[in-house]
Amino acid sequence: MTDSPKILTRRGLLGFGGVAAGGMLLSGCDKLLQSDKVNGVVRSAENATYRWQRLIGRDALAREFTAADMSPVFKANGTRDPQEPEYVAHAAEKFVNWKLAIGGLVSNPMTLSLAQLRQMPARTQITRHDCVEGWSAIGQWTGPQLGLLLKAAGLKTNARYIVFHCADNYGGELSKGGAQSTSIYYESIDLVDAFHPQTILAHGMNGAPLTVAHGAPVRMRIERQIGYKQAKYVMGIEAVSSLAGFGSGKGGYWEDRGYEWYAGI
Amino acid sequence: MATTATPATPYLFHRHALVTRITHWINALAIVFLIGTGLNIFNAHPALYWGQFGADDDDARRWLEIGSADAPDGSAYGFLRIGSLTVHTTGVLGLSKGSNGQPSAIGYPGWATFPGVRDLATARNWHFFFAWVLILNGIAYYAYGLATGHLRRDLLPRLKELRPSNIVHDIVSHARLKFPKGEESKRYHILQKLAYGATVFVAIPAMIFTGLGMSPGINAAWPWLLELFGGRSSARSIHWIAANFIMVFILVHLLMVILAGPYNEIRSMITGKFRVDPEKA
Ligand code: HEM
Repeated sequence: MTDSPKILTRRGLLGFGGVAAGGMLLSGCDKLLQSDKVNGVVRSAENATYRWQRLIGRDALAREFTAADMSPVFKANGTRDPQEPEYVAHAAEKFVNWKLAIGGLVSNPMTLSLAQLRQMPARTQITRHDCVEGWSAIGQWTGPQLGLLLKAAGLKTNARYIVFHCADNYGGELSKGGAQSTSIYYESIDLVDAFHPQTILAHGMNGAPLTVAHGAPVRMRIERQIGYKQAKYVMGIEAVSSLAGFGSGKGGYWEDRGYEWYAGI
Repeated sequence: MATTATPATPYLFHRHALVTRITHWINALAIVFLIGTGLNIFNAHPALYWGQFGADDDDARRWLEIGSADAPDGSAYGFLRIGSLTVHTTGVLGLSKGSNGQPSAIGYPGWATFPGVRDLATARNWHFFFAWVLILNGIAYYAYGLATGHLRRDLLPRLKELRPSNIVHDIVSHARLKFPKGEESKRYHILQKLAYGATVFVAIPAMIFTGLGMSPGINAAWPWLLELFGGRSSARSIHWIAANFIMVFILVHLLMVILAGPYNEIRSMITGKFRVDPEKA
């Protein structure tokens, strides 16, 4: 009993310190976001995830489902009805004059009509789409493999990424928060995903032509990554050696707004 | 009177190994951030489903939702819906005061999330950074705990400890706020073992494996992982349930530390030294 007053003070101090530290933690946490050093360390996790996933499953296939597993309603997200005059005109003519341009670091730049794309050997796959927000939907996609097109165009040896240029001027989404502003949607992937057998230019969905809400005439399916990589309203495909020249240089609309470029998680 | 060899004066006992102490604090830091960022991530789609998929129109698969709605009189309220049960949670869940002081329709309130505003991009960056920290730190902890026998010796309940009479005895002494003294205070009693064991052997591994399972990249490489949990939307639900278990564990854990003597308890996890008091103070 003799030393209890001392213990009480120590305990009191410790308790007070604990509460104070907790309070500082809560209010001070957001301050951490202002440090470039802290952000640099935190963002290094993306590269670790990218390397790890390439190591354990570079060529692994995304799970494919059966028709019985499909979502009754496949949610359309992001841009659902582009208002850009060029796109509106194409949509009005059912995309008969629409052309997909394949260029950049390729030996045979080319343009393909929707009819030509539809004549190419197609892959049909029933896969799960995982939105970055947290919901998932299972749907069926049909279209030629990107790898086939890139082989026809002849990738140059210094090509490292494939960039997808889209038709829609997008303004973000409240649920995704953060710094959001309007700009033309674009996306990019590495060559492992570009030549992955399930990476297709989908012109068909659930057994019908792709609708405007889901990205008509053509959208990307990159099945081992999150929803924002699945660029809709694709107008052009460009092989590049660096992502620096596009948008803010992070490789995509959402990437320029803080999201991971490698979205395998 | 004492029949045991307990010394009459308090003495310091080496309770926690260095590896345990270091991994404990790294784990605590990682989990604080994983919870804060996880709740921010949840706010991007504050609903949970069972099965392979789940989205807005999948009413039959949705088992939990946090949201806001308008009452017949036009006033907005926040709610938590589990199955067919709806609880009004205005001020905390669904509708709470935003950073501008105005009511804001958001799942978890800003004070519980990291960052303190709706910011899915940053929350994801930080969640996956601390996921790496949790996993690497966890590997060190489990490897050490298995190699030294710490997990088996100190955390795994013994069969005879699981006797109902022993559990009841422990519940009663906890309810009376009587914590073991002397030699008995040197080891974990059954409720402690059950709480720590459920966290270390079940909840944390469940967090890690459901977290990894939800990754579409990992799902391609290791498809069996997601099947173990019944699909991606189920894995997300289990991730949330285990996160809630961990949040409750942390609250009870902190409460117990305070009740058992925060100075001695916290010191033991920093310096390793734990003061053993004689049976009769
Ligand atoms: C103690 C550790 C952890 C806690 C408390 C925690 C908590 C949470 C919470 C509350 C959510 C939002 C709700 C939900 O989707 O269930 C979440 C989302 C998520 N967590 Fe964790 N987490 C932990 C560890 C991990 C780990 C180790 C990983 C990865 C390896 C991970 C990956 C994810 C992913 C991918 C999501 C997003 C799910 C989605 O909404 O699409 N988490 N976490």
